[in-house]
Amino acid sequence: MTAIGRRCLAAPCRLWVYSPAPSVFGNRAGFLLMAEQTIVRQFVRADATPHAGRDRLRWARWAVSPLLAVALLLAWHAVTASGAVKPFIIPPPAAVFDALGAALANGSLLYHAQVTLGEVLIGLALGLTTAVSLGYLLAKAPLVERLLAPYIVGLQAVPIVAIAPLFIIWFGSGAPSKVITCALIVFFPMLINTVVGVRQVEPDLRDLMASLDATRWQTFRLLEVPAAMPVLLGGLKVSATLSVIGAVVGEFVGASAGLGFLINLARSTYDTPLVFVAVFTLTIMALSLYGLVDWLEKRLLSWQQRRS
Amino acid sequence: MPASLSAEHISHTFRTPAGTVPALRDVTFTVEAGRLACVVGPSGCGKSTLLRVLAGLLKPDAGRVLLNGAPVEGPNHQIGIVFQKANLMPWRTVMQNLTLPLELDGVPAEKRRARAEALIDLVGLGGFTDAYPGELSGGMAQRVAMARALIYAPEVLLLDEPFGALDAMTRERLGVELLRIWEAERRTVVMVTHSIAEALFLGDHVMVMGQRPGHIVRWLDVPLPRPRSLDVIHSPAFGQLSAQVRAAIEA
Repeated sequence: MTAIGRRCLAAPCRLWVYSPAPSVFGNRAGFLLMAEQTIVRQFVRADATPHAGRDRLRWARWAVSPLLAVALLLAWHAVTASGAVKPFIIPPPAAVFDALGAALANGSLLYHAQVTLGEVLIGLALGLTTAVSLGYLLAKAPLVERLLAPYIVGLQAVPIVAIAPLFIIWFGSGAPSKVITCALIVFFPMLINTVVGVRQVEPDLRDLMASLDATRWQTFRLLEVPAAMPVLLGGLKVSATLSVIGAVVGEFVGASAGLGFLINLARSTYDTPLVFVAVFTLTIMALSLYGLVDWLEKRLLSWQQRRS
Repeated sequence: MPASLSAEHISHTFRTPAGTVPALRDVTFTVEAGRLACVVGPSGCGKSTLLRVLAGLLKPDAGRVLLNGAPVEGPNHQIGIVFQKANLMPWRTVMQNLTLPLELDGVPAEKRRARAEALIDLVGLGGFTDAYPGELSGGMAQRVAMARALIYAPEVLLLDEPFGALDAMTRERLGVELLRIWEAERRTVVMVTHSIAEALFLGDHVMVMGQRPGHIVRWLDVPLPRPRSLDVIHSPAFGQLSAQVRAAIEA
């Protein structure tokens, strides 16, 4: 067995020890990649001491993913080249690249991507601000939480796909209805994580701030915000990827622009390569948002990496 | 500049949904300026409650705390407190944790650093200023907590079982360190502990508290000469004092 293999077997029991503050949603988000990345990071952290092993892991982390991508691409090509599947079911990679070239050349891809990205960013901003402010309020006022919790959970229980048509009726088929769908899908995980994050601030540290005669604002800024940050960022990671789903759901139901609209359009003309292009673009968009949060997390939580 | 600390007829009862818990009854004592008093007693006898009252963190039902004759109304800079847990913020470096009280006061960064530098050597934290609490041992973390409490240059230092969570050897070493720090910068100290030996080794006075509600059973002066070294523990006088304290606790 290789050294890396042995490490993999040894890792699971240590993951728990080193996992960052648990995020309510982060652990069962269902995003394979998210889980994979988190595990790899914890894995690297868990083995922080032996230097040689750490370097080898880093090498593995950077090399394995691209290699896997190349392998998948080759497999995809092989399947389509064999003629087992009709091109309009799964187009060959070359056809998808052609479609990408065409969509880039006539500017349509960029245009639709911009529309979707705009909806996603505004939706995220709206969803996050309301979720974090309401979450903070709920965390600080248990009575308010008891009053509102059933309604908030009820809101979450309504399938977003089912109410998206209502938003079209209420807010028209323009950007606002997508922004609302996106904000709504982002809202719940962020709300829960805010409540959990603020609630788990150590009472002893609150005592310390009280003994130092800190003001409410100081306690908020110097204690609550940094203490809740790991959990908040966990929520943000889930929200960032969900936000793209939210916007696309909105576009599917009724839109005249955006990548979701492009998929609908391409599907109606059996332009499968263009559907693939749009799907890949959406994936890249979600991954970039995720990567941005990941980068933010590394910067803000650098202290977590330093343990003896 | 140390100050005398007095408790006058302090009584307190906790009211919880499960009922009332009497915690302190008519506690009265005075620690003269620059003296070190240790409070011992069985667990749950209200030692920590008493310390929270002295710190101004808890308002007692009756009685008052006087600092140099003036009543203590709430948390203030003349009183520094160290808890059993080091209570460091894991996202702040040792230096940032240490200077937190000054930051809350709006002291400019350079002044904060200057004051911290002076303390870092005193408590033996040299070379650790940029470490994060996660990288420190329990003993080192408690040194940071001690330095943080000292950063205002408070007149009174309250210690709530500061070594309680440490192993026996670290505990002994930090006890000696505490004496050294106290002798270098004399201030009034009240320390809660559940180790009789620790109380006698460190204290000028040992206050023995009894259970439910917490009250003073015995106030003992410790006439052992200073400066004290760990050898004093093996002296006959120490043994006798120790027996007296134990008898008072078990009475």
